[in-house]
Amino acid sequence: MKKDLISITDFSKDEYLRIMDLAADFEANPNQELLKGKVVASLFFEPSTRTRLSFETAINRLGGRIVGFADPDSSSATKGETLHDTIRMVSNYADLIVMRHPLEGAARYAAEVSSVPIINAGDGANQHPTQTLLDMYSILKTQGTLDNINLFMVGDLKFGRTVHSLLQAMSEFENPIFNFIAPESLQMPRGYKHHLEERGIRYFEHEEFTDIISEADIIYMTRVQKERFSDPMEYEKVKDVYILNKAMLENTKPNVRVLHPLPRVNEIATDVDSSEKAYYFDQALNGVFTREAIISHVMNLK
Amino acid sequence: MEKNDMKKKLKLKVSAIKDGTVIDHIPAKSLFEVISILGLDKIENQITFGTNLESGKLGAKAIIKVSDKFFENDEINKIALIAPHAKLNIIRDYEVAEKKIVEIPQKITGIVKCFNPKCITNHEKITTSFRVINTNPVALKCKYCEKITAEDQIKML
Repeated sequence: MKKDLISITDFSKDEYLRIMDLAADFEANPNQELLKGKVVASLFFEPSTRTRLSFETAINRLGGRIVGFADPDSSSATKGETLHDTIRMVSNYADLIVMRHPLEGAARYAAEVSSVPIINAGDGANQHPTQTLLDMYSILKTQGTLDNINLFMVGDLKFGRTVHSLLQAMSEFENPIFNFIAPESLQMPRGYKHHLEERGIRYFEHEEFTDIISEADIIYMTRVQKERFSDPMEYEKVKDVYILNKAMLENTKPNVRVLHPLPRVNEIATDVDSSEKAYYFDQALNGVFTREAIISHVMNLK
Repeated sequence: MEKNDMKKKLKLKVSAIKDGTVIDHIPAKSLFEVISILGLDKIENQITFGTNLESGKLGAKAIIKVSDKFFENDEINKIALIAPHAKLNIIRDYEVAEKKIVEIPQKITGIVKCFNPKCITNHEKITTSFRVINTNPVALKCKYCEKITAEDQIKML
């Protein structure tokens, strides 16, 4: 049976750990010709330069060749071709499909249609599992473990798919603590809190972004997006509240690291960049190794 | 007076089935959806409907009697989402041979529309598929977009 990666919950804890091991291996030795002679289709039905370059770098470092498109205007979708037909055709050409799509569930559907593995590079607001795995690899690298992590999530916790998937994945490990810092209108949805309660995992909710972060091992920042607010007044009230600056990191633990899925706008002040606790650019680099690991895993290359 | 006569007449008429299935306690507003889900508009059996009948529990109820038709459980459970209190009487030779209640299945394939407008199933010709994660109230998790359609958001396809 072919392996796909559509949703972070498709993988078991053992598979998470295997991806972590493989990522470390690729970090030590990034250029391995495991995809030599293989063709990978990179289908971006919605532009995402960052994710696409990360995947394409990973594929190149594995010695694979790439076909595909970077934005929907240059794809057959503009001629009205269905996703079904595009995937049927491309799965005859390529050995692996990496896809990003604006509609939710598109990747799951593609996996049903395709004869080759599908890696979901984001389907609308639903899932972006490779981001979650690179977040986990970043936590593992900076903390030495994925157990006993006190994880602070800050900003838009309602719509942010990265925090939802990370919550699901980290709840598989020993004794995590979650702290949610968000305006009332962007709090962690009920269903995810229920998920933690069912597993007896502790979590705390805060509206104020204050020195409570002194407890944190990881501070995961997200962007508060204007388009999420139906009331512009509400946005004006909160937009500058969830900003991290260097002074706020003074009394934090020495091991704390600041993560952000990028792109950032103003939620991390640029003075944080020079702090040894800033980790978001390294996190992005970890994405290449993690994606090499994911590709190798789903294609049974290692 | 006139209303009672009508009820009596209807009762007489719908009682007259020799073999088949009586589906009772359907919410009156769901009658036509039940007909459509069970495909009763496409079969040639004799069928009698009654609707807007008085019912203490449901307000207004509907009843369907289908001659010479015996449903499989899988088939009949499809109506559980819109007629959760429906009761079936299996009739053989004018007698009630068996009684059944409907049960919400664990998986719902087709029938229901995903509530999420950004779900791929609302943009391409795909059979919807849901896992029933709660039965009272009903909550359906879409296999594709992973969003939950709650009971008051359920729309039939």
